[in-house]
Amino acid sequence: MSTTVRIPTQLRSLSAGASEVEVEGDDVGAALKALDAKHPGFAGRLFDDDGNLRRFVNVFVADEDVRFLQGLATPLTAGQVVSIIPAVAGG
Amino acid sequence: MGVGKVAFVNGLRCRECGRAYPAEALHVCEYCFGPLEVSYDYEAIAAATTRESIAAGPPSIWRYATLLPAQSDGAVDLGAGFTPLVRADRLAAELGLGELWLKNDTVNPTGSFKDRVVAVALARARELGFKVAACASTGNLANSVAAHAARAGMRHVVFVPADLEAGKIIMTSVYGPHLVAVEGSYDDVNRLCAELTSEQPTWAFVNVNVRTYYAEGSKTLAFETAEQLGWRAPDHVVVPVGSGSQLTKIAKGFRELWQVGLLDEEPHVRISGAQAAGCSPIATAFTEGHDYVRPVKPATIAKSIAIGNPADGWYALDEVRTSGGALAAVTDEELADAMVLLARTEGIFAETAAGVTIATLAKLAAAGVVRRDERVVAYVTGHGLKTIEAVASRAQPHATIAPTLDAFNEALGAELGETG
Repeated sequence: MSTTVRIPTQLRSLSAGASEVEVEGDDVGAALKALDAKHPGFAGRLFDDDGNLRRFVNVFVADEDVRFLQGLATPLTAGQVVSIIPAVAGG
Repeated sequence: MGVGKVAFVNGLRCRECGRAYPAEALHVCEYCFGPLEVSYDYEAIAAATTRESIAAGPPSIWRYATLLPAQSDGAVDLGAGFTPLVRADRLAAELGLGELWLKNDTVNPTGSFKDRVVAVALARARELGFKVAACASTGNLANSVAAHAARAGMRHVVFVPADLEAGKIIMTSVYGPHLVAVEGSYDDVNRLCAELTSEQPTWAFVNVNVRTYYAEGSKTLAFETAEQLGWRAPDHVVVPVGSGSQLTKIAKGFRELWQVGLLDEEPHVRISGAQAAGCSPIATAFTEGHDYVRPVKPATIAKSIAIGNPADGWYALDEVRTSGGALAAVTDEELADAMVLLARTEGIFAETAAGVTIATLAKLAAAGVVRRDERVVAYVTGHGLKTIEAVASRAQPHATIAPTLDAFNEALGAELGETG
C-alpha cells in the first residue's frame, strides 16, 4: 500500500530535494524503513540506537502525533500522509 | 537570506550533538534534529561589558545587547523590557514567605514578556533580510509579533488556535490583516507552522526558523532581575511553563552573568516551574520521576501556556532538577483565585499564566519547597486585560444602587461606614 511521506527542509538533502516521497508500508515503522531503503540515510537521522524515534523527531499520521496513536506500530490506510516534523518549535 | 554579522556571536551549535552551523535562519540540527543554540565569544563579551556600560544603556532589553544575538534595531523597537521588579510584602505575608519580589512584565508594550523575544527575533530577522514576520502563537506572541511587525513596516502572518480569548484576537488583528485562526489546539497550529516553514523559506517564523535567536530574548528576564537586585541573583525563581523555553533561558541568563563577570558571587538559583493541571506534561514528568515528557491534549483556561507537546520540555525538566527546584500544577479554579489574590494584595492584574505562577508559588510555599529564608522572584508575564474572562465571575460590582445617599447607606453603610 502506497503512502506519501512529507520530508522537512532539514532532511531534503537525503531525498534529492523532494518534499514528498511515495513509499510502501502497512504501518509507520514500515513506511519509514521503506523511506530509508529508497533514500539511504533517513534511518540514522530518525531513529536512535535502540530503534526508537529520536527525542526531537515528531511523526504525524493524518495530522495526529503517532505518540497519541500506536507509535511506530500505528497502521496506515490508503491515502494517508505521514509527516516528519522537527519537534523544536513553538512557545 | 543574507547574513548580518553580530559582534559577539560565533555561530550556532547543536545542543545535542555539538555540530556547528552559521548564524542563519536555522533552528534544527540536520543530523539529530536537536535544537540549535547561539554560540557566543564570552571572553570578548566580558571585556566589552561592565555594570557601568549596562547602566549607561537604554531602559530596555537592549542595555544587554552584548549578550543578545542581534543588534538593537530602532525600526522594530517598541521598548520591550526593563520592567519593574517590585517587592511584594503583602502577598508574601499571605503565602507565609519572607523576601518575595515580582517581575512585573505586564507593563511591556503589548502586555507580555513576549515583546522581549519578538524584539530580538525580528531584529535578527531584518539583519538576515526577511521581509515577512510570522509565528504560531497561543495569543501573547501573536499580539507582539503583529505590533512589532507593524512598527517595522513588515508584512506579517500570525497563526493562533481559533478558540482564543476575544481580547487576544482583537489585540492581534488590530495591527494587520493576516491573523489566521486555526481550528485546533496550539500544538496543531505549531505543527502547521513547522510544515509551512519548509514551504515558505522567505518568512521569518519567530518561533520556528528564527527561534534560536528569539528564545535568547528571555535571558533578559534574568539579567534585569539580577541588576535590579543590585547585581545579585535570587535564591529561588518561579516561572510559568508552556514550551519550557522561558524557564530554560532564565536559568541560562543567570549563568551567563556569572560567566562574563557581572556578579560577585556564583549564582545558585533554584528554578521552579508552574503549569496548569489541564496541561502539565512537564510537571507530571517531574512528579512521576520520568526523564521523558509525554505529550498531552491541553484542557485549561490558561491558554497562553497550554502547550501539550513542549519543545523545551526536556531541558526545562533538567534545569529544575539540577537546580534543586520543583514543578507543580494547579487547577483552573486555583489559578483564577490567584489572579484575584495578586490583584488585591499587590495591585497587579495579570493574566491566567500569572495566576498559574502565583497559585503554584502558594502550593510550593505551603509544601516547604519555596522557603521563608529565600529571596524569591516570581515572574508575572502577561497582563490581566488579555484574559478578563477568567475572573469575570469573581470581579463584579459589589452593589448596583440608585444615585442617593439612602441607597448607598442601605447597600454598603454597615460595611464602609454610614455617611451624613
